[in-house]
Amino acid sequence: MPIQSLKGGFRLLVLVAIFFAGVWTQSSGVIGDFLFYLPDVQFLAVQHLWLTVLSGGLAIVVAIPLGVVLSRPSMARVAESLMQILNIGTTIPTLAVLALSMSFLGIGTVPAVFGLFVATLLPIARNTYAGLKGVSPALMEAAAGIGMSPAQRLFRVELPNALYVIFAGIRTALTINIGTVPLAFLIGAGGLGELIFTGIDLYDPVMMLSGAIPTALLAIVVDALIALIAFLVVPRGVNPSRA
Amino acid sequence: MIQLDNLTKVFDTPKGAVTAADNISMEVPAGEICILLGPSGCGKTTTLKMINRIIRPSSGKVFINGEDTTGLDTQDLRRNIGYVIQQIGLFPNMTIEDNISVVPRLLGWDKTRYRERAREHMDMIALDPDAFLKRYPSELSGGQQQRIGVARALAADPPVMLMDEPFGAIDPINRAVIQDEFLKMQQELKKTIMFVSHDIDEAIKMGDSVAVFREGKLVQYSTPDDLLAAPQNDFVESFLGEDRALKRLNLVRVREVVSDDIGTVSPGDTLETALARIDDYGYQNAILVVNDKRQPVGLISRALARTTKGFCRDHLQNVSATVSLDDDLRKVASLMFAQDITWLPCVDAKGRVCGQITQRAMTHHLGSRFRPGTTDASSSHVATEE
Repeated sequence: MPIQSLKGGFRLLVLVAIFFAGVWTQSSGVIGDFLFYLPDVQFLAVQHLWLTVLSGGLAIVVAIPLGVVLSRPSMARVAESLMQILNIGTTIPTLAVLALSMSFLGIGTVPAVFGLFVATLLPIARNTYAGLKGVSPALMEAAAGIGMSPAQRLFRVELPNALYVIFAGIRTALTINIGTVPLAFLIGAGGLGELIFTGIDLYDPVMMLSGAIPTALLAIVVDALIALIAFLVVPRGVNPSRA
Repeated sequence: MIQLDNLTKVFDTPKGAVTAADNISMEVPAGEICILLGPSGCGKTTTLKMINRIIRPSSGKVFINGEDTTGLDTQDLRRNIGYVIQQIGLFPNMTIEDNISVVPRLLGWDKTRYRERAREHMDMIALDPDAFLKRYPSELSGGQQQRIGVARALAADPPVMLMDEPFGAIDPINRAVIQDEFLKMQQELKKTIMFVSHDIDEAIKMGDSVAVFREGKLVQYSTPDDLLAAPQNDFVESFLGEDRALKRLNLVRVREVVSDDIGTVSPGDTLETALARIDDYGYQNAILVVNDKRQPVGLISRALARTTKGFCRDHLQNVSATVSLDDDLRKVASLMFAQDITWLPCVDAKGRVCGQITQRAMTHHLGSRFRPGTTDASSSHVATEE
């Protein structure tokens, strides 16, 4: 195979490197070590996802209506200040939020879901608000002038046009959520954090990576999944990825 | 019919109350286009938007076809008024078909009916239904989008339309095309239309009547020709521009000015006859030669007729231009200026010579309608010259 360019050569080099990495992992028995944790990973990944689904789902259900309400003209006066409060809320480290929620709700799933919910709420509410506020005034005037009621304007014009931005918020929020769930282990809610933190404590890189790699993969998969849903759900006319 | 009765809007601003529209009373007869004209901030848009309550009137009433709209539900009112805005405002999340069908669907029409209506309207605005109905607004040009905007406003067949600078954002070439299309449509549809514009030329072209606004007040409400011929005050006059007499050229058809007293010769006549007739009719330059179907075939110039002998048919010079009865005087003037002539033959629909139009007749026609006694120097100047 003649090497025709630097890029081609680089690719070949990468392939060779991957091959030798494979050979090394096989000979050193690392794969076997990882496989040892497979049952744990399966169990904890389900738990992990479950925390995400609960807290994320709750956040979506609360944040979108919140964003809608804040974007109503009647709320215009308070909306900006409320948004600022939410923004300040975002700056509190998630670990602190989890610690706070533990001190009120004890340990276990409930305080973890609550803490994650709070951390996930903000990006979605903010994007919903920004997306709805970003709908062009001309569009709103046309919708009103045509004789749509406020509810018809919201559901037929505003939400469909803001949907892409709202989905972007959900994507960001859930990806962050999955990356944050490992912290929930610290307040006794399980998840892949169990492998990560225990691995760190025991100086066991294989154990730690058995938690970290699936966490990363989950984040990527969920991100792709939501992107796919957005692709299918957002109307073609306002969907940049389908233009 | 749209009737406004003492419509007033006062905005409360931090700097105090601002009267955007001050006791506007006017009436647009059914089936006519009324242009609200004026500089920005003059209250024309406020007045328009009070009719469909995008802006709530501070006081006053709006009657549509004789019915007081004050008691009507806002949504019902708006669904029965077509509304077209400058920014077009098509819903980007909907296909063209859905956009056009929005109002019929709000009104609860059944699916076959509003789909059929959408196709009819596409034909009316000269866009192919099969090619466009399933597309999205972002895939269309600005001109096409505003055509759809007009179709959307017309979809439920409202008796009244409000148009807020509808063609303002479209390039000049397309704008002229859309204006013409719209006027053609209006001839069939006969909607009662209020149309905001800041473009005097558009107002003259589109309006059956023009209402000029200034600082919230209705200054003058008259036909375009009256407006140009007799502006009520200095403001209106300066807004119309110093070339307002020229603008009137657009409004007058050749038909109104043409004189059927035209001297012609036939190809078989001698040049002597031609010269005699040139003198009879007092032509300075040339006489028209027509064939037995009275179609123009050429010109015989005075100089040639005087110096040469023979038959007209052997000495024809090209007829530089003719105008038809439905052309406007602007075209006539343009032809005259372009060719340094003061006289043009007119032909009817079948191409037969039916008269002549002279610069003198044009200036006389226009000048006679300028109101004498206006305080302004330039207009009285024109009036006395005739």
